[in-house]
Amino acid sequence: MSEHEYVPKSKAGKWFNDRLPLLSLASHLTDYPTPKNLNYWWTFGGILTFCLLTQIITGIVLAMHYVAHADLAFASVEHIMRDVNYGWLIRYIHSNGASMFFLAVYIHIFRSLFYGSYKSPREIIWIIGLMIYLLMMAAAFMGYVLPWGQMSFWGATVITNLFSAIPLVGDSITTWLWGAYSVDNPTLTRFFSLHYLIPFLILGLVVLHIWALHIPGNNNPVGIDIKKPSKDTVPFHPYITIKDAFALLLFMIIFAGFVFFAPNVLGHSDNYIQANPMVTPAHIVPEWYLLPFYAILRSVPDKLGGVILMFSAIFILFVLPWLDTSKVRSAVFRPIYRQFFWILVVDVLVLGYVGAMPAEGIYLVLARVGTIYYFLHFIVILPVVGYFEKTEPVPLSISEPVLTGSADYSMAKKDNEKI
Amino acid sequence: MDKSEKKITTRRDFLFTTSYTVGAVGLGAVIWPLVDQMNPDKAQKALATTEVDISQIEPGKSITVLWRGKPVFLKRRTQEEILEARSVSLDELPHPEKDEERVKSGKDEWLVMLGVCTHLGCVPLSNKGDYKGWFCPCHGSHYDLSGRIRKGPAPKNMEIPKYEFVNANTIKIG
Repeated sequence: MSEHEYVPKSKAGKWFNDRLPLLSLASHLTDYPTPKNLNYWWTFGGILTFCLLTQIITGIVLAMHYVAHADLAFASVEHIMRDVNYGWLIRYIHSNGASMFFLAVYIHIFRSLFYGSYKSPREIIWIIGLMIYLLMMAAAFMGYVLPWGQMSFWGATVITNLFSAIPLVGDSITTWLWGAYSVDNPTLTRFFSLHYLIPFLILGLVVLHIWALHIPGNNNPVGIDIKKPSKDTVPFHPYITIKDAFALLLFMIIFAGFVFFAPNVLGHSDNYIQANPMVTPAHIVPEWYLLPFYAILRSVPDKLGGVILMFSAIFILFVLPWLDTSKVRSAVFRPIYRQFFWILVVDVLVLGYVGAMPAEGIYLVLARVGTIYYFLHFIVILPVVGYFEKTEPVPLSISEPVLTGSADYSMAKKDNEKI
Repeated sequence: MDKSEKKITTRRDFLFTTSYTVGAVGLGAVIWPLVDQMNPDKAQKALATTEVDISQIEPGKSITVLWRGKPVFLKRRTQEEILEARSVSLDELPHPEKDEERVKSGKDEWLVMLGVCTHLGCVPLSNKGDYKGWFCPCHGSHYDLSGRIRKGPAPKNMEIPKYEFVNANTIKIG
């Protein structure tokens, strides 16, 4: 996949590279031709890599002090907070890191939706990305159970009970997941084991995600295929590395803001009460990043139906590349889709909001409208708009509109600034 | 390869088929212990029964005990409550069950059931909801005085565990 044969300069380097071509790989990553018009929405891949590594490093440290046992877990988390040197810092980075990870991944996903990065020939990158997203949700859910607070316990109860909706074998599956007749110590220990495993699975998928990306190369804001390398591209290093580093710095400032000034604002205070299987908290809510799906679950007045719809909301994204019929990738040149894109963004935000509210009255109505629209967007609007939309003229190359200063580009540019 | 050649089954084909079969059985034999280890272990199964002293419960009151990690409601119902539970027509119930089927005959005042909402497993609150029975705060399921689902997303009535009266003052659950 390398664009040119790389030969190390030193004799030792050549000797090593002939046996294991790591230096060739490093050279490929350094010189990797990248579209020169990538905007800041493209910096979230690097930010997400940072998030994953942060979670792995802080997680390994926390596991040195945490005790995975129903009687000791809650106290061991308090021990980390009060006794362990800098334990409070490491735990707050880890717990807020999960939120920052999801914040970044949602921006990353919506960037892909706006610029059509999921479309041919990048379907596999998109699907691997969704698998990472699913594993992230599993890891976050299991991690939230580990402190063994009230929200941990009842969140685990509600989520594992989703599987009891499966006809015939549902109850057996739920008991198998628990290793007991309710969420109990065996559940906690296996969740800890899996919570430790999943980040490394994600790491493996990230390698595949980037590998698959490096076959066609990056999509870009105008969404056209470009020649590589050409005057439309710049080498990844130093052009993209420095831009990614700058964006990462800004991201870390927000991250640090949460860790140092509002470490509990994204959590739920009930999780500082130890798990009690006799009392359910008055109002169970998942972490903010799962709220839209929770709203979809609750919008259906039927147990199995709600569970099916909630999982469908995620799995429909896997067929997205084939639901979108438009030949043009970037929403910059798609005047109709562009508007529906923003309606979808608002729809997901509304679903997130009602997911945090009690499932009654106006919230239930909003949840139902939001759920119907969510599916409408993917099943009806995307395929139909692709056929009928009159797209704006697409430039032949990235350089062309810059050099000619055409009217089309001024529109594209305005749009880029807007989002 | 033409058709006449295709039909011949060689000794090598036999070897392939038998190897795959033995391999699949071996793989299954290895995977099953890895799957089954996650099911409840002997220590969990050993907690199967709980005895409860019910002599202190006044009519109209209920207690909650833990059995297999789940709460069990023991409610001593008043005559009015029993009558109200029995006055409901079965057509009105999403999961039709007579109140008589949910209690031991002769011990009609005692309602013993798993305090677990059949929707997603939360513990319903007693004396709440539109039917004076239980109300689940998680997703809004309403249960009546017999623990039957009346309104909300839960599909079934609250489950009646296996239990028996050891004597007038003691119930053994499980």
